[in-house]
Amino acid sequence: MELKHVYKAFDGRAVLRDVSMTFPEGKVSCLFGPSGRGKTTILRLLAGLEQADGGTVDGVGDRRVSVIFQEDRLLPFCTAQMNIAVAAPGSDARLWLEKVELADDAGKFPAQLSGGMCRRVALARALAYDGAVFLMDEPFQGLDREMKLRMMALVRTALAGKTAVLVTHDPEERDFLADTVLSLE
Amino acid sequence: MAAFWIAVWEGLYYLVNQEILIASPQAVLARGAQLIVTSEFWLTAGLSLCRILIGYLIAVAAGVLIAVATSASKILYSLLYPIISILRVTPVASFIILALVWISAGAVPSLMAGIIVLPIVWANVSEGIAGTDVQLLEMARTYRFGRLKTFRRIYVPSVAPYFTTACMTGLGMAWKAGIAAEVLSVPKLAIGTNIYDAKRYIETADLFFWTLVVIILSMILEKLVRLAMRAVMRRVIGGGELRGAETRI
Repeated sequence: MELKHVYKAFDGRAVLRDVSMTFPEGKVSCLFGPSGRGKTTILRLLAGLEQADGGTVDGVGDRRVSVIFQEDRLLPFCTAQMNIAVAAPGSDARLWLEKVELADDAGKFPAQLSGGMCRRVALARALAYDGAVFLMDEPFQGLDREMKLRMMALVRTALAGKTAVLVTHDPEERDFLADTVLSLE
Repeated sequence: MAAFWIAVWEGLYYLVNQEILIASPQAVLARGAQLIVTSEFWLTAGLSLCRILIGYLIAVAAGVLIAVATSASKILYSLLYPIISILRVTPVASFIILALVWISAGAVPSLMAGIIVLPIVWANVSEGIAGTDVQLLEMARTYRFGRLKTFRRIYVPSVAPYFTTACMTGLGMAWKAGIAAEVLSVPKLAIGTNIYDAKRYIETADLFFWTLVVIILSMILEKLVRLAMRAVMRRVIGGGELRGAETRI
């Protein structure tokens, strides 16, 4: 995946100006930097959810993509287990819930889960979907440090050999997961 | 609660003390007892119910289809919006008189019920579609839900509360418009025709009784529609996973 001289503006305000970067296949690339630098916009361009105003974007194309959005984006009328089963039919939703330590909460609706639990359901959904490409926007936000470390270990195992882009401003996540760091300072 | 309002009615009757203006609960009950044992009463109530229900159901289906179409196409929205706006503001009486020229008296109540319900359903369902969570739709796109799953898992739960409101509001309006149409078009065997006759012969007890019949039928129908919608929603969304959405119906 690649961005060449990309421009993107929202309501006349430029978010990306002449940005070029390459995301190597089979590696975890980390878009690192403080908020407001266009990291999420780059992720959305790669996912095909936004169109660039200028330049060229070689995004995920037709490949299956597991996305962890900045928001959890869980179906409010489906249980945690159903949220996974609906997005990733054929996967073992219960097993993935066990892996994110939510086996006992499989039958709960998002409104009955805490922020951190919802985040882990979103994480389990992305892992269960098993995309060829992973796009992850602050995937561990809202988790306490101990939980974050366990979830990072799970993600690192799941991402082995896969192409992934991780958006974060947390150096710990960057150092633990990234093969390549693309700094947006 | 019912006893309280019957007592208020009784009190008003004694206060006014003119049978022509307010019939007593006893007189209405006595008249009702005379009527409900006749087959004509049941046929009259049944036919009025059918007329209104037919118009209502067609309007609900058409309202949903038009809302989907106008939400998907701006051209269609621009084309149909003025017509639906006209339907919404034109007095029912004007439509009834016009309809009497165009179609048979028996069909007028159905048409009127439909004309009143269609804009309500269209407006509410359109609002529901417009208010569907864009973030969930993006998620559905990236996880390749497809049209059917997106419809079932995202649009249906999102539109359901709006659709329910439209159906419930529309039901009451359908009865009002349908009975008004029957009063003006006086078809054979109709509640509205009986109300018209009650007015002609100044039979206040009859008027009260038939009005009571409309209220009771409307309440029963409202319960049935609510139950039917829950069943349909459970079937469409599937599984036992409707708990959250169901509480909003």
